[in-house]
Amino acid sequence: MTIHRPLPAGQVGRSVPRLEARRKVTGRAEYVHNLVVPGMLHTKVVRSTVPHGRILSIDTAAAEALEGVYRVVTADDIRTVVPDPWYGPAFHDQPVLAIDKVRHVGEPVVAVLAEDPYVAAEAAQLVVVEYEPMEPVFDEIEAMTSTAVVHEVLKPAGTFPDLKHLVGRRDTNVALDYRLRRGDVDAAFAAADRVFEHEFKTQQVMHTPLEPMVSLAEPGDDALTIHTASQSPSFVRIEIARLLGWPENRVRVKVPYLGGGFGAKLYIKLEALVACLALLTRRPVKWSLTMEEQFYTITKHASTFRIASAVKDGHVTGRRCEVFWNGGAYADIGPRVTQKSGFTAPGPYDIDNVAIDSYALYTNRPPAGALRGFGIPQLVWAYESHTDLIARGLGVDPVAFRRRNILREGRPQATGTVLRDAAIEGVLDDIARRMDWDKPFDRGSGTTQRGRGIAVGFKASIAPTTSVAIVNVAADGSANLYLSTVDMGQGSDTAMAQIVAETLALRTEDVKVVHPDTDVTPYDMATLGSRSTFHAGNAVKLAAEHARDQIEALAKSLGLPPGSNYGPADLFKKKYGMQAGNIIGVGTYIPDYKSPAPETGLSDNVTPFWMVGGTGVEIEVDTETGHVRILRMVNACDVGRPLNPKIVETQISGAALMQLGFTMFENMDLDGGQVTNASLADYKIPGMHDVPDEIESLITEAEQHSGPYGAKGVGESATFGVSPAIANAIHDAVGIRLTALPLSPEAVFRALREAEGNTGTDAK
Amino acid sequence: MDASETARTIRFTLNGRPVTTTVESHLDLVDLLRRLDHFGARESCGQGLCGCCTVLVDGVAMSGCLTLAQLVDGRRVDAVEGLDRGGALSPVQQAFIDEGAFQCGFCTPGFVLMTHQLLERNPNPSEGEIRDFLAGNLCRCAAYPEIIRAVKSAASRMRASAAA
Repeated sequence: MTIHRPLPAGQVGRSVPRLEARRKVTGRAEYVHNLVVPGMLHTKVVRSTVPHGRILSIDTAAAEALEGVYRVVTADDIRTVVPDPWYGPAFHDQPVLAIDKVRHVGEPVVAVLAEDPYVAAEAAQLVVVEYEPMEPVFDEIEAMTSTAVVHEVLKPAGTFPDLKHLVGRRDTNVALDYRLRRGDVDAAFAAADRVFEHEFKTQQVMHTPLEPMVSLAEPGDDALTIHTASQSPSFVRIEIARLLGWPENRVRVKVPYLGGGFGAKLYIKLEALVACLALLTRRPVKWSLTMEEQFYTITKHASTFRIASAVKDGHVTGRRCEVFWNGGAYADIGPRVTQKSGFTAPGPYDIDNVAIDSYALYTNRPPAGALRGFGIPQLVWAYESHTDLIARGLGVDPVAFRRRNILREGRPQATGTVLRDAAIEGVLDDIARRMDWDKPFDRGSGTTQRGRGIAVGFKASIAPTTSVAIVNVAADGSANLYLSTVDMGQGSDTAMAQIVAETLALRTEDVKVVHPDTDVTPYDMATLGSRSTFHAGNAVKLAAEHARDQIEALAKSLGLPPGSNYGPADLFKKKYGMQAGNIIGVGTYIPDYKSPAPETGLSDNVTPFWMVGGTGVEIEVDTETGHVRILRMVNACDVGRPLNPKIVETQISGAALMQLGFTMFENMDLDGGQVTNASLADYKIPGMHDVPDEIESLITEAEQHSGPYGAKGVGESATFGVSPAIANAIHDAVGIRLTALPLSPEAVFRALREAEGNTGTDAK
Repeated sequence: MDASETARTIRFTLNGRPVTTTVESHLDLVDLLRRLDHFGARESCGQGLCGCCTVLVDGVAMSGCLTLAQLVDGRRVDAVEGLDRGGALSPVQQAFIDEGAFQCGFCTPGFVLMTHQLLERNPNPSEGEIRDFLAGNLCRCAAYPEIIRAVKSAASRMRASAAA
């Protein structure tokens, strides 16, 4: 490869095909799924069959006797390598293998190891665990007051200062209570013309990445290498080092491409167990989950949201929000969801008087964590359904009502943080314009009724978080980017390479991105919450600028006049007499941030940037069957200035279609804590036929002034508006209001019959 | 019965090259391909519902995770790795890149092989026919709009080169 003279800028904003495109279409992209290491053992875990129970006995004799079984491991064995084997990002509440009791069906209790995965699976069936069942609790509202207590004592991790007040709290399922108070809510309700009050629910769903979760640990000399399908290699390194009591540099975490993440592969999941097993056996150990096992590992929070609004003169003057998050048996990142999402619960509206209470609850369901939106889709579902109901109640057009109340640039959001660079109105306008909202609409006839709906939402970025990047310019002028951001399909390798190329005047295709390897690539908090483009992107830009400054300094030191057209390769050759040397640029980025005050939940700088997304739909309801067909879907997002418009558009439609599944049919059926549809046979995810007849992705004109080249994240934004837009459209079409997801044909059918006064229940 | 007692030697062609190997009766085609360092077919759902493990056996698309390895004895197996044997991408692969028809790439080989199968049988499919034929392949990143565009684009490229 010849690296030519500096190119004109224009790398950013160009729809460069993904750098790894060829590897992906030929089936040669690397995933941990494919990884085979000499001498490797496979592990299969024995999982709890009860939702809550004391472990009375574990009999491993028959499993150990099976030919080909290498070893059978219980919590007692784990404690010989990790004396205090409790892990987690927010709370240290999750045992590597169950200790004394189990808290959900599917919890790992025993690990069986064999060279042949089929033998490990067969032996796992031979382990007998006896439980004394304990009273379970499954519902988030019941968990507030139930006698069943999932964890006897709360154990927040030291990571987050604002969780410290929870240390040692006993006999409660409330893992975190976040509160916000602004203005005088009681007075607003007392003075209101009208008060609207509703309750909305969401169901438990699962990420279902098609590459099931997988980790492989290799023991070394006083060291450990973990190959893992993880979105957060830096966190895995820190957490494994903490568990082992080792310095960070003895734990090496490597991540190739991910076959989907969506939040499932965040923080620490399979890594703790494979690390312990590798140390116990002194052999490499691989743990590959099946699709079924993923349903018992991490899910999206089911939720209940009680929302009430005071309305005076057509404006919302006060809003009360009570949100209950069903976190399942282990906190994972649920307490952060509770707070970070909780403070946007009143929605993107200009409301002076706000009260929010947001509760993270432990229950005996499989754990819930982050799933593409960090709780925001659950909130938007409620507040945009509610907003639509208010508009209808007042007899005002839903778009006009939103425009009247919308939060505009320069106005304070619920926390008191003033809105900057958030095109909320722009997104709403783009959708309304695209849908010809002000023009007459064909409402169907007979048993085919048509309607349309619209919804917008917003999200704060997780803060404060740090990213570090290294740009290494070689003697021929080509560049490597060392970064721990994980490319799980969102296209971060390509976008980050574009930033380097733009800054150093290279071609994007000539920048090589080195994948996360914590021995080599620097710290990055995690690839989550649409934070990478902004945080890692800023770090990458700083690193590239640092390299560029050094190249300029080199030119100057060689006596070249400023602006001379020597390329980096010429400079290196002039300096070292041959093709030799490197220039290393380093960039570290952490935005300013102010934590919400504990008593009021207020902060004047609660997020480094806002994400905005909205959806409009036109739908058709078959009033005889309750079947809803989506004829048209328009999604618009404020992404700042897009680094790669084509990848951004794919992110927008992909996020919206994923949320379409969570809206229309995805639902984990639970029976006594058991997931009765834990397979793609019974748990349907969107396929070709679920794509609306027409789907459009709009990039709203905007700029994030603090973002790299004006950009910010986009991975989640198009999920926000989907669910309420569809429910609002159903209401528009047939006059019924659904307040719980999913919006299944059965739910629509029942609501239609109920509206006719025929509930079907009295025909005995 | 010990697994080794069910082992049998089979002969088949893989992407045009003859293979002779011994496989146990329980082994499926995806695992056999993995033993032969072919990782383009991947087990995801394990039930033949997602299409990630698509492999062509005697020219017919099969779910590798539901096909016992011993059953390919004497047959022709084509995996995604064979499509660019000559060094150049197939028109379908190129169309997938040009249209940005994937994100994480895990399901992509399955979609690419199914698209080849579709275009062999129907060189000019309508959008409805594309959706029907690819309904058995799942993409959790939901790059479906781009996949539909890629299939149309590949179809017109292949028709153009057939006419030339």
